[in-house]
Order: sequence, then structure tokens, then C-alpha cells
Amino acid sequence: MTATYAFWLPLISTGVVGLAVAMYVIMDGFDLGVGILFPYFPEEIERDQMMNSVAPFWDGNETWLVLGGVWLLVAFPLAYSIITPALYVPLIAMLLALVFRGVAFEFRWVAKPHHRKWDIAFAAGSTVAAFAQGTMVGGILNGFHVENGQFAGGPLDWLSPFSIMCGFGLVVGYALIGACWLVMKTAGGVEKSARRYAKPLLIALVAFIVLISVWTPLQFERVAERWFSGWHMAYLSPVPLITAALAVSCWRGLNGRHPTMAFNAAVGLFVISFVGLAISTLPYLAPPSITLWDAAASPKSQTFMLVGTTVLVPFVLGYTFFVYHTFRGKVRPGEGYH
Amino acid sequence: MDPYALLLARIQFGFTISVHIIFPAFSIGSSAFVATLLVLWRRSGSDHYLRIARFWTKIFAVSFAMGVVSGIPLSYELGTNWSRYSLATGNVIGPLIGYEVLTAFFLESTFLGIMLFGWTRVPPWLHVTSAILVALGTAISGFWILSANSWMQTPAGHTVVNGIAIPVDWFQVIFNPSFPYRFAHMMTAAYLTTSVVVLAAGARYTLQGKFPEEARTMLRMGIGMVAILGPVQLLLGDQHGLNTLEHQPAKIAAMEGHWENTGPAALVLFGIPDQDGERNLAEIAIPRLGGLILKHDLNGRYAGLKDFPKQDRPPVLPVFFAFRIMVGIGVLLIALGLTGAYLWKSGRLFTARWYLQAATYSWPIGFIAILAGWITTESGRQPYVAYGITRTENALSSVGVATVATSLVAFVLVYTVVFSIGIYYIRRLVLTGPKPAPVPEALPNRPLSLGAQE
Repeated sequence: MTATYAFWLPLISTGVVGLAVAMYVIMDGFDLGVGILFPYFPEEIERDQMMNSVAPFWDGNETWLVLGGVWLLVAFPLAYSIITPALYVPLIAMLLALVFRGVAFEFRWVAKPHHRKWDIAFAAGSTVAAFAQGTMVGGILNGFHVENGQFAGGPLDWLSPFSIMCGFGLVVGYALIGACWLVMKTAGGVEKSARRYAKPLLIALVAFIVLISVWTPLQFERVAERWFSGWHMAYLSPVPLITAALAVSCWRGLNGRHPTMAFNAAVGLFVISFVGLAISTLPYLAPPSITLWDAAASPKSQTFMLVGTTVLVPFVLGYTFFVYHTFRGKVRPGEGYH
Repeated sequence: MDPYALLLARIQFGFTISVHIIFPAFSIGSSAFVATLLVLWRRSGSDHYLRIARFWTKIFAVSFAMGVVSGIPLSYELGTNWSRYSLATGNVIGPLIGYEVLTAFFLESTFLGIMLFGWTRVPPWLHVTSAILVALGTAISGFWILSANSWMQTPAGHTVVNGIAIPVDWFQVIFNPSFPYRFAHMMTAAYLTTSVVVLAAGARYTLQGKFPEEARTMLRMGIGMVAILGPVQLLLGDQHGLNTLEHQPAKIAAMEGHWENTGPAALVLFGIPDQDGERNLAEIAIPRLGGLILKHDLNGRYAGLKDFPKQDRPPVLPVFFAFRIMVGIGVLLIALGLTGAYLWKSGRLFTARWYLQAATYSWPIGFIAILAGWITTESGRQPYVAYGITRTENALSSVGVATVATSLVAFVLVYTVVFSIGIYYIRRLVLTGPKPAPVPEALPNRPLSLGAQE
């Protein structure tokens, strides 16, 4: 009994961490994306409209980042204490970038008409945060040099052509999801421009997904083995097929008048990419040596946290839905949510 | 372990958490203030409450955003710089922070959207409810994080296996011995500090003859709160001190500059603690008063610093002075509240310029007291990071000096620039004052993005 419990509990916890990170990537993804696209909408009135389209939500969205980080600490203290020092530089860069873009939501309005610096802070902060997150994904796939249960590598171990590419990939991905959000949630010129930007972004994102899918098995033997040994490819073939289907439906949503479909498909692309990365790395949380079972916290800590999460997350999702419902519909030029 | 990396990492955490605590302390108070005003508005129908509420909502929003963005780095610093701390205490501390996220962060950040932007999107009762939920969220957040902090001071409900704390009884973990006192003390500090800010703003407008109706309400509400919470805080602080004496005697000895336990304890009013010489320089002390305060007995004695091995003593100088600053400001605040209440009672409040003048300058002192209090309790916990479990020197990640130094410089630069500007914006909002503008319901279709109204 205990043995099976000790086996299953970390797996469930991994699922929860994964869900929290996926929720974060999707939800903060579009508001970071709106920030990344800011420079391409030069008019003040457009920028007001863009910011208003995410203003009621951004803070709740970002909370999923805290949940993901804290769940990692709770369920896998060993992984947390290896990954965070190993990704020190991009992590701090992301946190400071989030400072700039977070305060911009309020400062920009208070500073008007001298708000230009906060436009820059919002755009640069969003872009740097997205890029840093991408490099962290690359850094995790690269793996960590661990000795005696502590990270024993250098401060720039995460830095590689591969992690840089992941950084660009995530910026493009967030920009796509942000553009789809704007198509869905704004009217007028912003909607039009966003629709124009979304298609090249979609093509670029698909290119990045293909590139990463080719690069990872070539560079990491464990990834190649996971996907291509024995009958694995047969079981895993839905992943690339679903990816292709989602890309097509995003394209068609943008082409036709189905902005919600385009947005959902873009979200789907994120989810399936995330699943693909999980397939590539699991059961390692801190590759190439620390598995989720190695890193697991005491069952008591995981259980306590799991009970709270199971009871409370439905409420969180409920009132999150309520807020999105309250601020439904499109934001038109010159209006906020009011 | 590199001693310089350790020092820089400590400076970094001290700096980032000190900047951070200012904003949640104010958010806890100001969200409760706004919720109260909105309830008063709904019940009385008097529009000036709504105008005051809208005005403080703007200020709250700016402060809340700064609290959020300065708080997220802290939860990650526990890993980047303090991974051995996370490893040693994560099993216990982690879930407490996790429950903070689940019960408080989501609640406040989600309903914040409605509180800030929902003035005409939802019915008024729902808007008021959202404001109450945000205020509740900030208080729940305080509950969990103070529980986690208290566990680091007075750990309970756990066992230590191979240097790692494993939870045994969650109730004992959460309600560890110092938690009820710390929670009451800190929440009161947050409400008190915010009340002083409200009082100061009301005093400023009254002196300038601006917004008379709003200014009087702010003054009255501020003074009422300070007059009640000031003395309450004194009592809570006393009880907290007795609790600390029981569980962290070395910290109390440092706070009091008390070196030797040789007779009825004196109260050191002033002195310059000399850690190496094990004495106070230029000491002014009142015999027996220390025993009276800490033991409630004129013959009371308690452990002195010399009763603890040198390597187990906290740094005396910062603890000693920070404690005196906190208590000094506490006394000032009590005077501010009681004098105001007296003037109010005798009908001279709005004409006593000397009092209003002094009140105008009082706005930052609550924050200084909060910082001083935290320096007292956190420095007083040294040399441990989790009292009796892990020493601070053993909590550091394997990070190099250059990495910690670079990130420290980046934090200091970014925080100084961003948060100075933020405080400047808040100051400007306060100077501008409440809008005499029509209430939102009069103009249901008008855009009223919080800032766009500016």
C-alpha cells in the first residue's frame, strides 16, 4: 500500500505542477503576448485598447506562475533546490522583467500624458519575460550538473544555442496567442492589425515547433529513445498529428470569421507542445539524474497540498470564469471595460 | 560556502523583502478601508463615501501592483539563493505558502479585476462584495505568510530527519507558538499604518481647505482607528514580547541589550551594544523596570546574552536599535490618536492647525515602525534561518559571489527606480485628491478605466 502510494503520489503531484504551469503559460501567455505586440501598434488609442483588453485579468493570470513555483517547492523540494539556482540568471531576468510590465498596468494610466516610458516598460518587460521563460525550458531540457543533491554547475550552464532558440520560440508563441486574443477581444483597427500579424506568427511558431522536435532527439539521446525506440512512435504519433490539425484550424479561424476558434487552436498548440516536452523529459524533473520520485517531498506534505488544491482549485476556476464572463465581449477603440 | 556570497544573499533578501512589505501592509489596510467605505456608501446612500472610496481605490491599485511584482521574486529567491533552506524546510513551509496562493492570491487578484474595472459592469452589491473579498484575500494572505514566518521563529509540529524538517501535525505547524501573537501584531500594524496615511491625507486637505466633506470623514475615520489600534498594539506587542521571551530568549536579550542575568533586570533605555565587549556603551538604564515589563514582577529576572554561547547570539546592535525605533514610533502613534480624539471630542479638531500640521507629516512613520519591527524579529532570529533547525550560513545555494552580486545590483537598481516612481505617483494622486466628479451610476456608459479617469 505504502509503496504504491509512494509511487503514485509524486506522479499525481507532477500532474498538478504540469497543470499549473500549463495554465500559466496559456493565461499569462496572451497578456504577455499583448505586451510583445505593443511596439507594432503605434497609436496611443490602440495601446489603450490593447491594455484594457487584458487589464482585469493579468494579475490572476500571473498567480498561476506563483502556484507552479510553489507546487514545485512543496512536492519536489529537491528539484526546486536544483532547478532554481541552475536557472538563476534567466529566472532573475524574468522576475525583474515582470516587475516592469506589472507596474506598467497601473503606472501607465497614472503617468498620462507622460506614459511613453511605461509603454516601453510594458513591451520590453513582456518580451524579456517570455524570452527568459523560453531559455529556461531549453535549460531544463539541457539538464543540470548535480553533485550531492545540489546544483554544481556554473551560472551560464543554461545558455546554449538550443536554449536561445527556445527563447525566441516562446516569444513568437506568446505573440501568436496574444494576437489571437486581440482578434477575439478587440474591434476596429487593433483587430485588423492583429489578424494581419497572427498569420506570419503562426507560420513562425510551427517552424519553431518543427525545429525543436527535430533538434531535441538529435541532441539528447534520452529524447530520441523516448520517441523512436520500439513501438513508441506508434503510440506517440497522435502528438504530431494533433499539432498539425491545430495549426490548420488556427489558420482557418484567422482566415474566416472564427476568432474564438483561432484563439482556442493557438492555446491547443501550446498545450500539445507542452505535452510533447513532458513526454521528452519525464520522469526526470531535473535531467539527466533526478526523477520525480527522487525529488518527492514527504507524502504528508504532498497529501496536505493535494487536498487543498483539489478542494480549492474548482473555486478558483469558478470565479476566474466569472471574471472572464463579466468582462466578455470586445473592447472598442476609446473605451475600457466600464 | 562563500562568506561573501552569504552576506550578499542576506542583503539581497533583506532588501527585496523590506521593499516588498511596505506595499502589502498598505494593501491590507487600504483594501479594508475601501471595502468599509463602500459598505457605508451602500448603507447611507451618501455619495461622499463613494468619492472617497474611488479615490483610495486608485491609490490601492497602484500599491497593490507594486506589492504583486515585488512579492513574486521572493518566492523564487528561496530557491535561487537559499536552496538549502528550501530543501531543509520546504516540506513544512511549502504547503503554507501553497495555501496562501490557493486561498488568498487567486481570490484577491481575480476579484481585483471587478473591484477596479467593474464599477458599472456588475450590480453595486456585487462590486462591494468584490471589494470585501479583495480585503479578505489580503488578510488571508497575511494569515498564511505569518504562519510560515512564525514557524521559522518557533517551529512546532515537525520532526527533523537528516537535517530536513518533516511535518507531523499540520495544526501545530500552522498554529505554532508565536503565530497568534505575530498575526495579531502585524495585521494591527497594517491597519494602523494605513489609518495614519488616511489621517495625514485628511489633515492635509483640511489645512488647505480642499474637499471639506471628504477630508473630515478621512480625518475622523483615521483618528478613530489610530486612537483605538495604537493602544491595542501596545498590549499586543507586550504579549508578543512575553511569548518571545518564552521561545526565543536570546532575541529578547538582544532587544533589551541585556547581557547578564545577575539580579532583578533593569530596563536599558539607551546604550550602544558592543557585541565583542559583551556590554553596552553609554548605557542609561532604569533598575528593575526590565523585570517589571517582561516578567510583570519588580524582582523579575531573565536570561542575558552571556547565558548563550557566542555563536548562538543574534547581532545585538541592529536588534536593539530597531526595537527602540519601533517602540518609539508606537508611542508617537498613540499620542497622535489620543490627541486627535481629544480634539475631536472638544470640537476643535478641524481648527487645531498645529495638530493637523503634525498629522500631515506623520504618514510614513507607520511604515518605518513596520520595517523596524521586522528587522527586530528577523535579525533577532539569527544565527538561525529556521530557529534551532538550520543556521543561516547552511541555507545558501551553491552560488558564486559574482552571480549574487550581479543580481543584487540589478534588484537594487530596478527597485529603486520603479518603486520610487510608484511612490511618487501615489504622492501625486494624494496631492490631486478625490474627484468631485459625478458618481459612475449617473453615467452608465461612460468609460471609467481607473486611470483613464485621471
